Amino acid sequence: MTATSRAAGASPRRRLSDLLEQERVLGYVLVGPVVILLLALVAYPFVVAVGYALSSRTIADPGVFIGFENFVYLWESQIYRRTVRNTCLFTLGSVTIRIVLGVSLALILNEMFPFRRLVRASVLLPWIVPTVLGTMAWLWMFNPNFSVINWALVNFGLVSQGPNWLTDPDLALFSVTLVNAWRGTPFMAVVVLAALQAIPNELYEAATIDGAGKFQRFRYVTLPLVMPVLLTALVLSIIWTFSDFGIVYGLTRGGPMNSTHVLATLSYEAGLRAGNIGEGAAISLTMLPALLVLIVWQLRRIRRSAI
Amino acid sequence: MSADSSTGIAIGARHPRMERALFLYAPLAFALLFLVGPFYWMLITALKPDSDLYDPTSSPLYVSAPTLEHFRYLFERTDFVLWLQNTMIVATLSTTIALVMGVPAGYALARFRFRFSELIGTSIFVTYLVPTTLLFIPMIHVMVQFGLDDSIWSLVVVYPTFLVPFVTWLMSGYFRTIPTELEDCARVDGMTRIGAMLKIAIPLARPGILSAAIFSFTLSWNEFIYALTLVTASTERTIPVGVLVQLTRADVYFWGPLMAGALLGSIPVAIVYSFFVDQYASGLTAGAVKG
Repeated sequence: MTATSRAAGASPRRRLSDLLEQERVLGYVLVGPVVILLLALVAYPFVVAVGYALSSRTIADPGVFIGFENFVYLWESQIYRRTVRNTCLFTLGSVTIRIVLGVSLALILNEMFPFRRLVRASVLLPWIVPTVLGTMAWLWMFNPNFSVINWALVNFGLVSQGPNWLTDPDLALFSVTLVNAWRGTPFMAVVVLAALQAIPNELYEAATIDGAGKFQRFRYVTLPLVMPVLLTALVLSIIWTFSDFGIVYGLTRGGPMNSTHVLATLSYEAGLRAGNIGEGAAISLTMLPALLVLIVWQLRRIRRSAI
Repeated sequence: MSADSSTGIAIGARHPRMERALFLYAPLAFALLFLVGPFYWMLITALKPDSDLYDPTSSPLYVSAPTLEHFRYLFERTDFVLWLQNTMIVATLSTTIALVMGVPAGYALARFRFRFSELIGTSIFVTYLVPTTLLFIPMIHVMVQFGLDDSIWSLVVVYPTFLVPFVTWLMSGYFRTIPTELEDCARVDGMTRIGAMLKIAIPLARPGILSAAIFSFTLSWNEFIYALTLVTASTERTIPVGVLVQLTRADVYFWGPLMAGALLGSIPVAIVYSFFVDQYASGLTAGAVKG
């Protein structure tokens, strides 16, 4: 078949279709457009970002090469240091709440109760709905004058006057962290739930026959089988929270008194609002080391599970 | 989905009722209040007249005299209709681009061995994990170079940068779960490799493609930082940016229209999602488990 077509195949069209029969050629043809897109719109902007970060560029002035001056300046800046601290607390706090609530919710949703499907579908809403739009509901619930949370706290007699969720510099970071956790919890819950449902019942039966109690079944059957999925969801959650922009921007724009700035919002503030493009690019690039550690760790985990 | 409930926790035999109330219904009520409560609050705020909204003596928990005035404000006094239209166009087109590029690439990575295929697969996965907040500042410059600055077309071009890696990754995982026998048979019968992909593998992968499509659509609908920084004209904005920027201006907040806009802007994704809850959940899981 191929022999005859080759013999007859002097026409260019034949030769092209023969070429496309080769795994190697067709592979490049199908993957090529993706590679070109990512080179042009991920790799190239990344190179531009590095160039900016090493320059004194502003909105008004293309600037000159200044080496690591932007980074040295950031290292000495109080606001930047505070922002790094905020970003770490924001990530750590949010991810902790996500795991505690997400895993509990998954365990609950794995039980039978009326309207389970409806409940499962509706708890995913915070994850589905555009983050910034959902955040607007919280902005309104945290409103100093008309906060429904404070109304409830006062009416239940828990406090005489509600706290200033977003305008108190000591509380604002907690509030934005809570909203971030609100958004991320459903993801954790659904992923863990799927892992729970994938555990064959026979394993629990076997464990019971072997005399394992409830706690032991959880410890030696459920936990080890859910762990790999939980770890992956954890890595993704850390990456997304660490680099999050919309929630802080939507709630506080980094205020009050820079008490809620995270790296992404500070980068926007310095790079675009204040117009110091070089400084802004440098701020967002400082996310890279932490991200790289997480990405490499995740890659190695995938490799290991593939073997 | 089965009647199995043996996660190994709680539900015991001694005081089944009390234990269920304590370990199941109480935490469930708390979770629903925390996760879904804000949407209830959004809904009733959007329906309340201003006179009720800013009256501290009226109970905030229900609507006594529902009104559509905030929705009317949204449609008559803001560019909401344009934002809706823009968001639709951007989400549909960037999802299409992501599928057209990502599905064949995922197929190639799953089926073919060629030089650098491992490296390319890994790089695509890495770009899936690279957050958009790392690149938004230079992206403005790149869009100016491409002549696309300040129009929704910049978003149509930029969104595939995070959608394509996701689709490719998801689909290469999906294609690996489909046995190759059918394609092999068809090729023995004289079908070309491209034919086998288009006529056999892709139709078999329809559930995976559907998950990828739903995901890409909601991701582009929800995207914020590029939409905020690449587009500045109000008529070119997408819903999340339009609602936030135009309704929270200069510390004056139009709470009624703001909640109405947030609600309306969320409904299209909520509808798409409600039709495909299971695909969505399985896509989420596949994305997390395999990548």
